[in-house]
Amino acid sequence: MNAPSVGLLPLFLASILTSNILLANFLGTCSFISISKDFKSSMGLGIAVTMVIGLCSAICWAVLNYLIKPLGIEYLSFIIFIIVIAGVVQMLEMIIDRFSPSLYMALGIFLPLITVNCAVLGVILFMQIRSYNFLQAVVFGFGSGAGWWLAIMLLASIRTKLDKNTAIPAGLKGTGITLVTIGFMAMAFIGFSGMIAVQ
Amino acid sequence: MSAMSPAKKVFKDGLWTNTPIFVQVLGICSTLAVTNNLRNTLIMVLGVTFATAMGNLTLSLIKDFMPRKVRMIITVLIHSFYVIIIDILLRAYAPAISKQLGPYVGLIITNCILMGRAEAFAMSNKPWLSFLDGLANGLGYGWVLVSLALIREFFGFGSVLGFKVVGENFTPWTIMVMAPSAFFLVALALWAVNTYKAKAEAAKKGAK
Repeated sequence: MNAPSVGLLPLFLASILTSNILLANFLGTCSFISISKDFKSSMGLGIAVTMVIGLCSAICWAVLNYLIKPLGIEYLSFIIFIIVIAGVVQMLEMIIDRFSPSLYMALGIFLPLITVNCAVLGVILFMQIRSYNFLQAVVFGFGSGAGWWLAIMLLASIRTKLDKNTAIPAGLKGTGITLVTIGFMAMAFIGFSGMIAVQ
Repeated sequence: MSAMSPAKKVFKDGLWTNTPIFVQVLGICSTLAVTNNLRNTLIMVLGVTFATAMGNLTLSLIKDFMPRKVRMIITVLIHSFYVIIIDILLRAYAPAISKQLGPYVGLIITNCILMGRAEAFAMSNKPWLSFLDGLANGLGYGWVLVSLALIREFFGFGSVLGFKVVGENFTPWTIMVMAPSAFFLVALALWAVNTYKAKAEAAKKGAK
């Protein structure tokens, strides 16, 4: 299969706005809901996720095209991708710890959790299915990460106000109202879909 | 509660008291993504139940030999192993569905229910109970997903399992098969369940 002929800029914008990894594809919702209570943590996690997705999609692209495909071991690709993700996360953790202890403290427990954030594996699997070329894979990776970051920042800012609201019915508090909010955000993002359509 | 056998309790927890989606708020990602079509949902539920149950069983068997430090990665690897089995089976026997589900089959690996149950239950319980716990949680996840899918497919396409069930004059509610409706429906269901539980609790207290 050949790479789809998509320009890099449209692809980048599309992965942030029209096919936002979270609002259109629902990936990474679990940590999204639990972390977005707190604005600062959301910022930290957003940065970390963007870095991990970007790096992983670049590395996994190379692994896919120079290791998995020539050897014909496509059936092992899930395991290999997971190992790459875990490795990248571990490595980032060590690098950040060595060079910027303050950032390390800020990211804290979020780094290891990224391994099981479905957005990371999701982006890689999308990249494999759509057979992007290297540049497209990198742009798509960073774009999706940035999209996730944008979404969590938006939600966190809404929630700092929303969680103080006492008019919300008891049964809908917490997760319920958060889901409704995300629903409205998803609807708003559908509005972008007229601009660029990239699959 | 103490009269219940452990196996029964595990089932009740998984299916109702502690359902993965409503109470633990795990596994939301795939809940939302695959539920616009009942057939895909059923396949997904089977896959998740299989992977959770077998993953729990395996982990519980080997937990005593496993160094604590690497348990996360081992857990994920075991789950990937089972998901690969599912993926190969799907590709062989239902290529069309496999294509439609796309990345979501692979994403069972990172479904938080698997990791959550492995950490919370399989690490500290006997193999057989862990297996049951995985099964119960898979099914607890399943009934929620299937009901959501029924609603979304009915209103979104006017069909159930791909068969048209309403007349020609029916206008499909396109919003139902799009992303936002999934969030709204889960929120509504969550609201209903929470309110019901709060009432039941209050009634219990009143009875005492």
